[in-house]
Amino acid sequence: MSDLHVEPSLRAGMVYAALRSPSFMIGLVLTLIFIAAALISFFWTPYDVTQLNIADKLQQPSAAHWFGTDAFGRDIFSMIMVGARVSIAVALVAVGIGIVVGVPLGLLAAARHGSLIDEIIMRTNDLVFAFPALLMAIMITAVFGPSAINAITAIGIFNIPVFARLARGAALSLWQRDYVLAARVAGKGRARISAEHILPNLANLLIVQGTIQFSLGILAEAGLAFFGLGTQPPLPSWGRMLSEAQTLIYIASYVAIFPGLAIVFTVLGLNLMGDGLRDIFDPKLRRAR
Amino acid sequence: MLPFVIKRLVSLTLSLVAASLVIFFVIEVVPGDPASFMLGLNASPETVAALRDSLGLNASAPIRYWQWITGLLQGEFGISYTYKVPVRDLILDRIWISMPLAVYALILSTVIAFPVGVLAASRRNSPTDVSIMGVTQLGIAVPNFWFGMLLVLLFAVTLGWFSAGGFPGWEAGFFAGMKALTLPAVALALPQASILARVMRSSLLDTLGEDFVRTARAKGLTRRQALWRHALRNALIPVLTIIGLQFSFLLAGAIIIENVFFLPGLGRLVFQGITQRDLIVVKSVIFLLVFAVILVTFIVDITYAIADPRLRRARS
Repeated sequence: MSDLHVEPSLRAGMVYAALRSPSFMIGLVLTLIFIAAALISFFWTPYDVTQLNIADKLQQPSAAHWFGTDAFGRDIFSMIMVGARVSIAVALVAVGIGIVVGVPLGLLAAARHGSLIDEIIMRTNDLVFAFPALLMAIMITAVFGPSAINAITAIGIFNIPVFARLARGAALSLWQRDYVLAARVAGKGRARISAEHILPNLANLLIVQGTIQFSLGILAEAGLAFFGLGTQPPLPSWGRMLSEAQTLIYIASYVAIFPGLAIVFTVLGLNLMGDGLRDIFDPKLRRAR
Repeated sequence: MLPFVIKRLVSLTLSLVAASLVIFFVIEVVPGDPASFMLGLNASPETVAALRDSLGLNASAPIRYWQWITGLLQGEFGISYTYKVPVRDLILDRIWISMPLAVYALILSTVIAFPVGVLAASRRNSPTDVSIMGVTQLGIAVPNFWFGMLLVLLFAVTLGWFSAGGFPGWEAGFFAGMKALTLPAVALALPQASILARVMRSSLLDTLGEDFVRTARAKGLTRRQALWRHALRNALIPVLTIIGLQFSFLLAGAIIIENVFFLPGLGRLVFQGITQRDLIVVKSVIFLLVFAVILVTFIVDITYAIADPRLRRARS
């Protein structure tokens, strides 16, 4: 955030607005809980998630096993902690692909507005946009083989047009500003203007959209994993925990409850944070309140 | 209007060509030899060669692509490798589950979202509005397959009102069929209804701020009258677009839900095709679903332009 061209008083106003926005604060707390769970799982989990212990299988939630155990006697709470790591990693890298590839494309299209390259980038975008993403992701992972890397790629590809379109649209209006005109008069090239004057002013929008795509990525990863097309065993993942729970809900419903709640609260947290950030970044919306 | 339709038709065709190329590339070019991919590692070279022969895989990729497309245009999708029947018959069998399911879910989603969105907008910032926005925020975050499992847990396992899955066939009667589709349709509809209700609310709030609504109020209409007579109709345009787009989400989303409820629809067909490595089935069914999605988007665009003439000029 240090490269944002924001006056100190304005930044203080943003922090104040953030603290006063209930949806942002709830979202932030939920998101931090899951990031913390994922980070802690690298050093410590209550039980070893790769250790099968058939004697302890399908235990009800108790003091020893907070969320109970699965059909192989693994501790569900520990599995959810490690699963958070997988979900966050997959969604984060998928958003990263979207930003790293999509934003430069959008900036290029805007800098060369109306040219052939703009046309080519935007038409390709529209094509990718028209595809049902989940369906194509299922097809790609089915052919390339199920793995976390392929899930990331399949989800990431469909993030590219989202960011390209957003960056182009916002950049087009920024190109009309006086300070861009001043930079052009000063002799700066299009690439340099895009990097120095356009990109920093897109940061807010990208952060908000990034949060939303992050939550969609977590849902998509869960869907792929539910199909057995995401992260492979022995590493647990929320989606696969749910697909394994499907046959067990008659005898042990909690097996299906907790991984689902983990997905819901993570996605909810990110969405609330995204909504909150949009209000905070947009002073017009803030004044309207 | 005509130039606009032609322009959209060209882009529709381009989308379809691109989609078919991507699908063909991923399924027939990427795995190297589709025949060995389908037969797995333990197949003898003779079996692979025989399958290559019967699938016509010895021809070059452009020729095979051309044959696939011309076949599709004539309604010939090839013979399923695992089922040994024409893929067309498999699709015709299963489309009568997937289509009604998507339509059912769409109707449910609209019927729920419409009044909820209007209620939230008409009581902006009231406790009703705040709770509706909270519930819909939650609804968006719930993965539909997990919601489906919860429905099974409550209505099938605990209460015993519905069966946990499967489909009796339309021969068992319309109501038996609809009953089997009810839980899956609810599971599909909930997240869509949440999105739609939010769109309905914000669209209505935008319209309520317009000058013509102020004029209506100045004329002496009450807030309620202005909302029902003037704002609602104008607020519907973006809502209709979203409904159209949701139909394609519902078709594609059914692929997961059908597997949760063991419904023998197109989604389950694709899933079985993937696990059995029946690429001929996977290729054609996925193309069909993509085709449906792109077609619906096209129809929505055209309807939108009919409803709002400004868009025609802006885009053409």
